[in-house]
Amino acid sequence: MTPPAGDIAIVAFAQSDHRRRTDDVSEVEMLMPVLHEVLERTGLKAGDVGFTCSGSSDYLAGRAFSFTMALDGVGAWPPISESHVEMDGAWALYEAWVKLLTGEADTALVYAYGKSSAGEVRDVLTRQLDPYYLAPLWPDSVSLAALQAQALIDAGETDGPALAAIAARSRSSAAENNPHAQLTGVRPHGDHLVHPLRTGDCPPVGDGAAAVVLAAGRRARELCDRPAWIRGIDHRIEAHGLGVRDLTDSPSTRLAAQRAGAFERPADTAELHAPFTSQEVVLRKALRLDDTVRVNPSGGALAANPVMAAGLIRLGEAAAAIHRGTSDRALAHATSGPCLQQNLVAVLEGEPRAA
Amino acid sequence: MTSPPAPQTLRAPLVVEFPFTRSLGPVQSAFLTGLRERTVLGVRTTAGTVLVPPVEYDPVTAEGIRDLVEVAPTGTVTTWAWNPAPRRGQPLDRPFAWVLVRLDGADTSLLHALDAPGGPGAVRTGMRVRIRWAPDRAGAITDIACFEPYDGEESRQPRPHTGRFTDPVTGIVAPARLDYTYTPGRAQSAHLDALADRRIVGERCPSCHKVYVPPRGACPTCGVATTERVEVGPRGTVTTFCIVNIKAKNLDIEVPYVYAHIALDGADLALHGRIGGIPYDQVRMGLRVEPVWTGEGRHPDHYRPTGEPDADYDTYKELL
Repeated sequence: MTPPAGDIAIVAFAQSDHRRRTDDVSEVEMLMPVLHEVLERTGLKAGDVGFTCSGSSDYLAGRAFSFTMALDGVGAWPPISESHVEMDGAWALYEAWVKLLTGEADTALVYAYGKSSAGEVRDVLTRQLDPYYLAPLWPDSVSLAALQAQALIDAGETDGPALAAIAARSRSSAAENNPHAQLTGVRPHGDHLVHPLRTGDCPPVGDGAAAVVLAAGRRARELCDRPAWIRGIDHRIEAHGLGVRDLTDSPSTRLAAQRAGAFERPADTAELHAPFTSQEVVLRKALRLDDTVRVNPSGGALAANPVMAAGLIRLGEAAAAIHRGTSDRALAHATSGPCLQQNLVAVLEGEPRAA
Repeated sequence: MTSPPAPQTLRAPLVVEFPFTRSLGPVQSAFLTGLRERTVLGVRTTAGTVLVPPVEYDPVTAEGIRDLVEVAPTGTVTTWAWNPAPRRGQPLDRPFAWVLVRLDGADTSLLHALDAPGGPGAVRTGMRVRIRWAPDRAGAITDIACFEPYDGEESRQPRPHTGRFTDPVTGIVAPARLDYTYTPGRAQSAHLDALADRRIVGERCPSCHKVYVPPRGACPTCGVATTERVEVGPRGTVTTFCIVNIKAKNLDIEVPYVYAHIALDGADLALHGRIGGIPYDQVRMGLRVEPVWTGEGRHPDHYRPTGEPDADYDTYKELL
């Protein structure tokens, strides 16, 4: 039987400590403890899980089909039902959510990992750009974000001090709330990396992994005291050409949020995947977030940005806040591509607690 | 008393390099051929908007669009970013500004570099710029060497253009190179270290007790870390094989030769290896073999028959 859309929940979340380098472990060695931890939280064994889906990118490792080796950490024999997206794990979660909607599985394991330390992530990310007009110029990810930041400054939507305040708030929050974060506490805002972005406006480069467990209906209640019900989830994309888009706005985020039901009631918490301070400005506008909403209490991607896992971590952090009872309705956002090209928004809710 | 040396993490450079060869559709072909001829083409949407660089499908309606127009080589900066430390492959090797430029006659912006000798203080949104053409042009976005400051006013209206050129560019070769440092992690490092001593070391799963070689740090069946190191071989059994009849590029091995799965004694997984020292058509399942190390090689060069009687099928049937 097909479950109703709102009857699927995130029931567990785990993540690694995010570090600048993890030379001592392979990808599967980095990922495995996270898989064990997330399964332990639910009491599930790998063989009990109905569907497994992962997100990662071969370009980070520089090796083809690198995800198949990471799969060794799951325990894929006897055969499991498995899939992979060459994207952030947030999109793997979306695929798992759809699988649960079909009724073919009632639990799903979703994981994502990235070791940016193997290469130069600023160069690596140029390979996701249009190969005719953009990629031959090797415009790195910081430079493209800086173009967006300057457009926001020109439009009067932010300025240097406001961006510095976003950086400071994010890393202070991480120091208070997030033992897994890579970059925490008060730090100098730094020199211009690519003007107008300073080092403080940019995410740390690092390695890490994350995993969540999804479950439908009664299974969710069995596996978690307070499931984070996914009331809606949607993802949208904009034109690839940067010069076609208004970089000061994110209509794809707004549309995804609307389709996910984000505007029906206010949320108390938002986990935004904004690797650059300037992108938080764009996302706050698109999601209509005001000062009553706690934004990135985990510190967000400015505190830890394992590429391909940082978006899934936003969903996991939002869900964990509901599990803990510190949030009743949370928004989670993930992005991919240059200057917020693709965006995913989920609305998570916990049921009312007994007084 | 001396403590054992800490295991050294292995590292090695890894270069991934490829020349992507891509074909062009009619619009991209016209645009890139135009650049070779110092002519900038855009495409007009049915709503009347001029897109530069042009695309074949309207980003709003997804309609196919082919209505080409010529725009000016001059334009206006719509946003910019100062890049103090250019990276490999970027258009200029001295500090420059990335710019989005709306060329005169266009409604969208093109990404490129701006050569601004005056530094970041000389760049602003709204400044006027013009194309500096590359001296050698081949039909690629890099035929625009960069933009440079220009003090002329915006003037030109787009003009109709057939998009037809003699000898049109129909494809591009986009070379890409990425540099990595490969670190194999704990389990594979231990395996590679042992190979340097001409020993083959696997790892045993604490749950199912199978010995994996080469070890990757996890038991793919149980999904748990493999930790106990186990020396396997050096002798083993051919579990299955194939005869290779095509000579690989840069491989100095005469064909035909035999490539086999070899279950080393004590291992629960067969690994790959070439079989030598026996005519190719006499290799068989169950053949007992041993590694042959040559020179400085960190892997056995090949495996050769030991002369023992063949292994009984039942001893390796689980490893096929």
